[in-house]
Amino acid sequence: MKNILARLYASLQGLLVPVILLAIWQYLSTHAIVNPQILPAPTAVIAKWWEYLLPTEAFDPSQSGYLAWLFSGEMIRDAYASMYRVVVGFLVGTALALPLGLLMGANERIYKLFNPLIQILRPIPPIAFIPLSILWFGLGNPPAIFLIVIGAFFPVLMNTIAGVRHVDGIYIRAARSLGASQTTMFLRVMLPAATPYILTGARIGIGTAFIVVIVAEMIAVNNGLGYRILEAREFFWSDKIIAGMFTIGLLGLAIDSGMNRLNNYLLKWHRGIENN
Amino acid sequence: MQPQIHISKVNKVFSTGGREVVALDDINLEVSPGEFICLLGPSGCGKSTLLNAIAGFSPPTAGSIIVDGSAVQTPGPDRGMVFQEYALFPWMTVEKNIAFGLEIKKQPKARIKEKVSELLDMLKLQDFRDRYPKDLSGGMRQRVAIARVLALDSPILLMDEPFGALDSLTRRNLQDELLRIWTEFQKTIIFVTHSIEESIYLADRIVVMTYRPGTIKRDVSVAIPRPRDPSSVEFNDLKKELALLVMEEQTRHNQQEIRMPAAD
Repeated sequence: MKNILARLYASLQGLLVPVILLAIWQYLSTHAIVNPQILPAPTAVIAKWWEYLLPTEAFDPSQSGYLAWLFSGEMIRDAYASMYRVVVGFLVGTALALPLGLLMGANERIYKLFNPLIQILRPIPPIAFIPLSILWFGLGNPPAIFLIVIGAFFPVLMNTIAGVRHVDGIYIRAARSLGASQTTMFLRVMLPAATPYILTGARIGIGTAFIVVIVAEMIAVNNGLGYRILEAREFFWSDKIIAGMFTIGLLGLAIDSGMNRLNNYLLKWHRGIENN
Repeated sequence: MQPQIHISKVNKVFSTGGREVVALDDINLEVSPGEFICLLGPSGCGKSTLLNAIAGFSPPTAGSIIVDGSAVQTPGPDRGMVFQEYALFPWMTVEKNIAFGLEIKKQPKARIKEKVSELLDMLKLQDFRDRYPKDLSGGMRQRVAIARVLALDSPILLMDEPFGALDSLTRRNLQDELLRIWTEFQKTIIFVTHSIEESIYLADRIVVMTYRPGTIKRDVSVAIPRPRDPSSVEFNDLKKELALLVMEEQTRHNQQEIRMPAAD
């Protein structure tokens, strides 16, 4: 009983600051201290978010199934478009970075061959590739995905290299004395030993991909969450801008907790992680 | 009997920071099949260096190490290695760790399973089959490491202070277990330790090494019948004798440390 009360108190404590801020925000907007056109009330934002979430047309069984209708709202379609780009870009970026990183980490010659180029390209923010990507790929998904690939590529690459290079020598010695071949050593010792680093890279990579997708959609595409909030600005729909931002935040949170779960699953052997 | 391990005129020189350190100097040693040898000496006397050379991790600068008639070039499963730090693969369960060497050898699955179960029983690890090393105590981890090399049926076990990090009760326990395994499987064991008592408790022969350069100071046969009682008179006589030898080296070690503190 005491435990439940303590937990209730803890969660109430966590809500305190957000609730106070929302109350101030609500007060400022409803009393027109701040122009609601600039800063709409939280209630107005929530109403807009709900409207943005719901399907735009009435349910018509002759047109589509119920589920398809339920997910036909503008926000769902935007979120899907953005997520699609993030996932495809991230997967392509990782698929390129992982083998190269493993090779560069394990082989000094390959490292020396590629490292200078990577050191030159890595500091360029992926967003700086926007003009070139539009020039090369036009508008739509290709330039956006290209940018996300770049955004995801470098964090995964750098962490994979570091991961392989930091493999504790004792594992390599143990495996050698057990008679491991090069391939076995690579796949069953180096790769799993480097997984904590690789997953950290993947986490940073998908975070970068998520930033890049919003920016790319503001410039090179005409759908997705990034596009939608920029479009809303043109119509002065500040409530929709904030509702869109809220959705972006939720999606980011979902990605991060998904990565966290993957992390816990793949690293259940790792000292730092408790199984619960 | 033909020696199984034949070490002759082995030298090992490390160069660190422009300074040359002679880790091993003119080591000559013959080990017969089934012998239990302890390499004894203070830290820095080159006993681990010698073991690593036999294991094939770091070849000697000069001289030869011949095992079962062929010169040691690389590490291999004929010389099973047990490390002080256990060196279990943390991403594999206990079962997988033990099976790893057999999987490398491409043994049939059923055979691997059978062998692993046998070893789990022998080392009292049945309840830990699906656990990861992080969930095990130091003693349990070292049991798994021993099971891992036993799986390969290596005729030779090389052990680098394997019980050095364990508490004294666990340590005695594992020493007894090791003696049991040694008797049952007729392994040749080279066991590095800096504990005089441990070496007397375990070894047929104790090779006392000198500090820098690492040479063989004395090769002592232990004639006390097993099981050996550490409180017996003969045990303690030998302990005193060895303590004197080791102390001399420890003193040289301390003096050299004072003279050239940057040597390590």
